[in-house]
Amino acid sequence: MHHLDIKGLEAAYGAVPVLSGIDLPVAKGDVIGLIGPSGSGKSTILRVLMGLIPPTAGTVTLEGNLVDYRDAAAVRRLRERVAIVFQQYNLFQNMTVLENVTVAPVKIRKRPKGEVETEARALLAKVGLGDKLDRFPDQLSGGQQQRVAIARALALKPEILLLDEVTAALDPELVSEVLDSIRLLAEDGMTMLIVSHEMGFIREVSSRVAFLDRGRIIEMDDARTIFDAPREERTRSFVSKILRH
Amino acid sequence: MFARLIEELPGFFGYYNVLFLGKAALATLGLSAIGCVVGTVLGLLLALIRMTGSRALAPLRWLAILFVETFRRVPFLVTLMLVFFSFQLSGADLPLFVVAAISVSLIAAAFLSEIIRGGFDSVHRNQWDAATAMNFGLLDTVRHVILPQAWRVILPPAFGFFVLFIKDTALASQIGVLELTYAGKVLNNKGFSAALVFAAILLIYFAISYPLSRFGARLEERLAPSRHQGP
Ligand SMILES: Nc1ncnc2c1ncn2[C@@H]1O[C@H](COP(=O)(O)OP(=O)(O)OP(=O)(O)O)[C@@H](O)[C@H]1O
Ligand SMILES: [Mg+2]
Repeated sequence: MHHLDIKGLEAAYGAVPVLSGIDLPVAKGDVIGLIGPSGSGKSTILRVLMGLIPPTAGTVTLEGNLVDYRDAAAVRRLRERVAIVFQQYNLFQNMTVLENVTVAPVKIRKRPKGEVETEARALLAKVGLGDKLDRFPDQLSGGQQQRVAIARALALKPEILLLDEVTAALDPELVSEVLDSIRLLAEDGMTMLIVSHEMGFIREVSSRVAFLDRGRIIEMDDARTIFDAPREERTRSFVSKILRH
Repeated sequence: MFARLIEELPGFFGYYNVLFLGKAALATLGLSAIGCVVGTVLGLLLALIRMTGSRALAPLRWLAILFVETFRRVPFLVTLMLVFFSFQLSGADLPLFVVAAISVSLIAAAFLSEIIRGGFDSVHRNQWDAATAMNFGLLDTVRHVILPQAWRVILPPAFGFFVLFIKDTALASQIGVLELTYAGKVLNNKGFSAALVFAAILLIYFAISYPLSRFGARLEERLAPSRHQGP
């Protein structure tokens, strides 16, 4: 059974269609790399999955159960199992680093504060922010904020993690660090959808790669095929262009 | 002129006048306080209603918009008369002070809901997204994420409004509520010189309004501190 099965998914901003007929079967422990030009709809797929934008057609199945995005309770259950790291990090500006990571487990999931804080400290230490617990987001660099956002998502103990441009603001040293943590998460069986412009990263970490263009999946295959021997001309030209940079 | 004023002083601060002024000051203070507190609570409620998204609540949203747009646009005095005559027509025999208190609350609610909504709108959309993605409901999002960031935008105009509002409660005298301005006129008619009477009234208004502004400034420091000292 697929962990997450996306079939014929469509979405629109107002009257403008953004996704058309997205089919994306995701097995448990899969790490799916989503690549494609800016504006191709990568973030939108993740936002639809989280229930932030209603799908206009298609189905999403989570471990065999159809997710009804019109049913608020069903969407809440989904969000207990799926977490997202946003492209803009979206850290709560009024909270410290530690509060950002603990607020949802404590206030929404009603877990004991002490226990949550201990976990949060460990997570933040792991992403190299153990000494920044009391900083506010606007006192951190982009890369630091991104790592807080990763820790915040992990504190929710998701089964499925959606990562949007998770390496964009990181310097090369940190990319390899984040890469290591993501590989560890993958080994633990975490299912992930990763959007990135960092082709080296995607190639290393993904079990499969989907190439998107204008709201469609043009091609999906294992990383090596997509990067070395793509079947579609559009994939080829995108990959060759971006690898040259 | 001064000699006359000084001559008048003992008579002016006689027992009954002080009692009279005190009662009037209490009425002004009471109307202001009720307007500010009830107005804030109702205003927050109205702003929250307008943030809801579900289709089922659409009629409620329309009512909220209708309410706010009506009472923001109608002159204070007209609202007062409207409430006064509605109660009279319906036969409910409410004390004048209550009628005035209801009017000021309606007006304050309409204005404050717009101020609060402006504060909500000032917070970046991505804060809502992050909260929603972590299963925060509307109330949790507003309480933990939006309001703490919106205070800095809400508090200055809210307290600016309160200060204007204290003066506007003087209109309650039009339906016969004995408040400060009315008391001033009465004393003036009794023969005390206008300068003395209205200087006293001015001081009392100031004594009500100034601490409120100070309180607003304190609240701002507490709820919307600027924190950009440290690295
Ligand atoms: N809030 C919005 N309102 C209207 N259109 C939007 C909105 N957000 C995105 N779009 C449009 O939807 C399309 C897909 O956007 P999306 O953010 O999913 O792209 P993306 O692949 O993530 O791009 P990038 O690599 O630049 O992040 C784009 O054409 C974009 O202009
Ligand atoms: Mg994007």
